[in-house]
Amino acid sequence: MTTLAATGVLRASWLLLAFPVFGAAVLLLGGRRTDKWGHLLGVLMSLASFVYGVIAFFTLLSYPASERSRDLHMYSWIPVNGFQANMGILLDPLSICFVLLITGVGSLILIYSVGYMAHDTDRRRFFGYLNLFIAAMLLLVLSDNYLGLYAGWEGVGLASYLLIGFWQFKPTAAVAAKKAFIANRVGDAGLSVAIMLMFAEFGTVNFTGVFAGVKSSGSGVGLALGLLLLLGACGKSAQIPLQSWLLDAMEGPTPVSALIHAATMVTAGVYLMVRSNPILAQSADARMAVAIVGAVTLLFGAIIACGKDDIKKSLAGSTMSQIGYMMLGAGLGPAGYAFAIAHLLAHGFFKAGLFLGAGSVMHGMDDEVDMRRYGGLWRILPITFVTFGLAYLAIIGIPPFSGFFTKDPIIDAAWESGGTQGWLLGGAAIIGAGITAFYMTRMMLMTYFGARRWETEGVLGGAGAHPATPEPHVPHPHESSPVMTWPMIVLAIGSVGAGGFLIINNRLDGFLAPVVGAVPAPHGLWSWPGGIALVLVVLAMGVAWTMYGRVPVPAVAPRGSVLTRAARADLYGDAFNESVLMRPGQWLTRLSVYFDSRGVDGVVNGLAATVGGSSGRLRKVQNGFVRSYALSMLIGAVLLVFGLLVVRL
Amino acid sequence: MSPAAYVFLAVILFAIGGVGVLIRRNAILIFMSVELMLNACNLAFVAFSRMWGNLDGQVVAFFVMVVAAAEVVVGLAILMAVYRAHKSASVDDANLLKY
Repeated sequence: MTTLAATGVLRASWLLLAFPVFGAAVLLLGGRRTDKWGHLLGVLMSLASFVYGVIAFFTLLSYPASERSRDLHMYSWIPVNGFQANMGILLDPLSICFVLLITGVGSLILIYSVGYMAHDTDRRRFFGYLNLFIAAMLLLVLSDNYLGLYAGWEGVGLASYLLIGFWQFKPTAAVAAKKAFIANRVGDAGLSVAIMLMFAEFGTVNFTGVFAGVKSSGSGVGLALGLLLLLGACGKSAQIPLQSWLLDAMEGPTPVSALIHAATMVTAGVYLMVRSNPILAQSADARMAVAIVGAVTLLFGAIIACGKDDIKKSLAGSTMSQIGYMMLGAGLGPAGYAFAIAHLLAHGFFKAGLFLGAGSVMHGMDDEVDMRRYGGLWRILPITFVTFGLAYLAIIGIPPFSGFFTKDPIIDAAWESGGTQGWLLGGAAIIGAGITAFYMTRMMLMTYFGARRWETEGVLGGAGAHPATPEPHVPHPHESSPVMTWPMIVLAIGSVGAGGFLIINNRLDGFLAPVVGAVPAPHGLWSWPGGIALVLVVLAMGVAWTMYGRVPVPAVAPRGSVLTRAARADLYGDAFNESVLMRPGQWLTRLSVYFDSRGVDGVVNGLAATVGGSSGRLRKVQNGFVRSYALSMLIGAVLLVFGLLVVRL
Repeated sequence: MSPAAYVFLAVILFAIGGVGVLIRRNAILIFMSVELMLNACNLAFVAFSRMWGNLDGQVVAFFVMVVAAAEVVVGLAILMAVYRAHKSASVDDANLLKY
């Protein structure tokens, strides 16, 4: 499709970026003066962006389908002869979907944070970072070229670093923030090399220019670009092999986890893949790699989620798994792009709902995260229970909730990709659906049902104890305030309805078709791979009930089977990174230090010591006796005379 | 009488002066030995001047005498100062400037 210049109300689309940037600037530069009203400004700026996003969405809808790609040129960023990098905003069906998700779900999370962070002395700084996060993500999805996308990409990485390490007095949080940043750097290197390759091959980094160029270039360039972009997406979206940062990123405040998982950060990789669909179209091998990464990650994340007793880490494993579904969908070509985005949007609702629900439970339980210390909370936290439960039904794909509509088309599309590939990818997706049902049911049962297992006497230095004030840790579970429950209710409504709204009548498919291509053979809501998955989901729920519902849950984790222990250790992802990457790196640095101190420094220091020592000896000649000076003068004169004689004769 | 004899005499005087500078400790005697060496040079200059039949050597000898006179003035003054400071005219006692 062709990209037209933005007209009318879309000429103001820079406002989308300006609102959160303004909010972040005021909150971060204004300092403590803005403490009183800072959080309100943060929410307001995000909401303003959302309102403009809705207006832009309906404006786009009013255009004919072929004219919905609108570009606003902002300014020339790097105008060099032969290289034009312009900052521009591209509003098209794909980016407007992300804008609505980021600003909509993001605003709900910001409203929730007003209550969640009410007791934190640094709430203003927190909202400043959140606005920065939203601004960076909007730049990422709105930019009309890869360089602007990369700027947003790095901005997202920075904001996530700041937010994961928000409670930097906890060493674990500081380490987790560094880990997230470094793991992301690996992916960022892939993306930056891809952009350089684009410039070298096509002489431009604009989407239109690159996509036009890649069509006429060979499949080798397409494969290289596809794999490099995939590396970038793996880093940002926590896919194998760069998945390890996501579980540690739970150290940040819970709204941050919700924002990272639902709206801003991990969805960036899926966006990159779907946006780059003309590049993937050039190379079947690159698409295959994307699909394999997605399929492996969806099983990997789901297995980790089964083993975790920490409610947030279990949800983090679940996010890896769900993003795996989206990557799998993106790897299937036009058959999967629209469904990947549909699942992403629905996931934004139910995963934000789940995280905010988990945050609400933690808020009531004095920041306890161990599900073995919960139990029987459904009576005490009714609103949290209902909203969490609806999101739960959505994620495991029970009809007619969101997940059923958006996950089943991906399973179908994987299955229908044909041959052994179809068997493997489809099989992985079906099994993943079953495991999802198992761990989510386990989470529901351990948190909301069964006996109450928390300490009533109080443990000194418990999970919620601040290091500065170690006070006895006694949870007093209570329902959260309305400012926290209302966003959860809205997200629950989204979890129920979003999937059906997007998929029935092929609404999203038709909307996105100008950008990503139409789904070749749309099929009905019911298909037999989806049916198998549904049967497996029900079976897995039963298994989870026999293990965690029928028998009491021990308050201390049993040793568990080999697989459980592996899942608790993140399937040894960290151990792998340590032994394969960290240890050799440490050896290399130690070797370099040894070479530097003994080799390079040795030569320099040795030279200096030699000069110093010999001059120390030489200076003894200056003994203060005039007669010895006279003797040396005489010897010198005699030698001079002899020298002259020798030369003369 | 051949000029060579003067040159030999000059060499002998120079050697005596040099040995005196090297082995004596009394500054006055070292000073006198230096004068001896200077005058040995003067003798050699005059002898060579005679040998070559021009006046250059003799002019240089005059210069040397003037310089030696100036040197005596400055040197004796220094000697007096050193003696007042050290109560000794031995050069070995004035050995503060060293490593």
